[in-house]
Amino acid sequence: MSQQAKSLFKKVWDAHCIRELPSGQTQLLIGTHLIHEVTSPQAFAMLRELGLPVRFPQRTFATVDHIIPTDDQSRPLADDLAEAMMSELERNCRDYDIQFFGPETGAQGIVHVIGPELGLTQPGMTIACGDSHTSTHGAFGAIAFGIGTSQVRDLLATQSMGIAPLQVRRIEVTGQLARGVFAKDVILAIIRKLGVNGGVGYAYEYAGPVIDAMSIEERMTVCNMSIEGGARCGYVNPDEKTIEYLRGRRYTPDDADFAGKAEGWLSMASDPGCEYDDVVELDGSAIEPSITWGIHPGHNLGVSEQIPTPNGVPDDERAGVEEALEYMDFAPGASIAGTPIDVAFIGSCTNGRISDLREAAKIAQTGKVRDGVRALVVPGSMAVREEAEAEGLHEIFRAAGFQWREPGCSMCLAMNPDKLQGREVCASSSNRNFKGRQGSPSGRTLLMSPAMVAAAAIAGEVVDVRKIQ
Amino acid sequence: MSDNKANEDVLVRVETVRGTGCVLRGDDIDTDRIIPARFMKVVTFDDMGQHAFEDARKAAKGQHPLDDERYYGASILVVEQNFGCGSSREHAPQALMRFGFNAFIGGSFAEIFAGNCTSLGLPCVTLSEPDLAKLMDSVELDPTQEITIDLRARTVTSRAGKLDAIVPEGVRQQMLEGTWDATRVLLEAGDAIEKTAAALPYIGHSA
Repeated sequence: MSQQAKSLFKKVWDAHCIRELPSGQTQLLIGTHLIHEVTSPQAFAMLRELGLPVRFPQRTFATVDHIIPTDDQSRPLADDLAEAMMSELERNCRDYDIQFFGPETGAQGIVHVIGPELGLTQPGMTIACGDSHTSTHGAFGAIAFGIGTSQVRDLLATQSMGIAPLQVRRIEVTGQLARGVFAKDVILAIIRKLGVNGGVGYAYEYAGPVIDAMSIEERMTVCNMSIEGGARCGYVNPDEKTIEYLRGRRYTPDDADFAGKAEGWLSMASDPGCEYDDVVELDGSAIEPSITWGIHPGHNLGVSEQIPTPNGVPDDERAGVEEALEYMDFAPGASIAGTPIDVAFIGSCTNGRISDLREAAKIAQTGKVRDGVRALVVPGSMAVREEAEAEGLHEIFRAAGFQWREPGCSMCLAMNPDKLQGREVCASSSNRNFKGRQGSPSGRTLLMSPAMVAAAAIAGEVVDVRKIQ
Repeated sequence: MSDNKANEDVLVRVETVRGTGCVLRGDDIDTDRIIPARFMKVVTFDDMGQHAFEDARKAAKGQHPLDDERYYGASILVVEQNFGCGSSREHAPQALMRFGFNAFIGGSFAEIFAGNCTSLGLPCVTLSEPDLAKLMDSVELDPTQEITIDLRARTVTSRAGKLDAIVPEGVRQQMLEGTWDATRVLLEAGDAIEKTAAALPYIGHSA
């Protein structure tokens, strides 16, 4: 009997399909449910109201990341509202017997950083979390969805959710990245090409020589921003790098069982010759260090390019470009290089891992943060902080004038005290340049790679990192 | 599973939504704009309504459609492309619902936003670009007119005429059957949930 070639998405989907719902959607089992303090309290309240237990507490894992301060994390937290949210999460985890990775465990961090770090994220899993950047976990060949709070409730109650099947688009990044070009630049280039809503209805499968050559952490950066391209999930097929990353992690199998598990993981990869609903190719060799100039991640360009003019874009983009130029107060046609910055932020679930900090530190070593620029380095987790400190990265950053902080989401979305003020311009390694995203209703965000952020911090303006390295 | 309250819920079928509209133009309106993150520092959704589009409204100095008195009392928000992109925060549809909107008509919706709306029984229906333009112009001209979204017939009716509406079939069924509040339906799978879990190599019998 010949077996039909299947994509990873289809294999994972089929293995987790509980049944077809009367609506025609699939009731999909979610193997790993990650929760945090912002999108779960209302879900627990609804669960209590319904009188339901948590169905699989042993498959539910919690941490605190969005609201946690990155200076003084001692309890009670200085902000009463933040303290109330953290206490509520602690209470819910206690009441329902859910593992909580709080600061006292030494394993706290951004939920999408600690999942992989702990080995909770594995190939072939379904994962969901009340956070759109859950797509990060796809770097391991997991199918990972961001969900809302009502679905968090459904997952707590049933470990499953109703969802219509997605189509699969394979995105092949060919060639080889130039020096100074990083995973962040690749995903920005993909979003620029396919649009911020180009991925609606699709799972993105990232592939090709550039993706194959990436480390697991780089793949996480790419998968992380799938949602910025409209795709609810994105993944990379597991390979030997995936296996090596997972070896010896807290939640991965012991040595005796590891080889067998690893074989199973590799078998989840898309079969050669499987069908895709769409295939897109992108020349990785042509990608430059990229920067956003506008108010969504699709508004990005290479560092040598000029900010668009409303007349130079297609009709259906004109209004958006005009709105963005007005908000950013940038001159159409001007070079993005040379744009002055006020704040530099290195961190987030997109670029807050050890390899990101290493790249940024290489640049930080070359100079001092420009007078008048506020520069923050926020490790993605306690484990990342520890590793960075063991390597002396914190000293490099501090010597260059960067603040070295405690782990959390921090200025990516500014739910803690780390915020832009007024019209400040921030060079940021995070994932969203939406209006007001970084805590000031009129603040401005330029997304770029961690190395580019470090370079901008030193120059006081947007510069081409390739000229420094 | 018969002793929990989830099974006692009365099904609320959403077949039609009738009301006046509010036109909010612009593509790619993200959920940070709908509800800025600082207002999510609470453990309930109760106060979300008062903060809907807060920063955008302040910046517009009273000129924002949500502050336009011609649209007061509107229950249908009419938007353009990729509405609700970005963060998965259900706080966004919660804010709009608590502000007074019961349905959305647009060119396209971001997937997680639309899913969150479904969970709240708020239909998101899409129109073709020419039809959407017609509806927007018409509602701007006469904001007092009634708009009717008929999910059974898949139509949006207003002074702009009877327009063909697109709703994903699964969502339409959930609305018509009243199964949009998904917990009860998902619970009906019973031990099929555990059986599926047990067959997975990473859960197995630990479930």
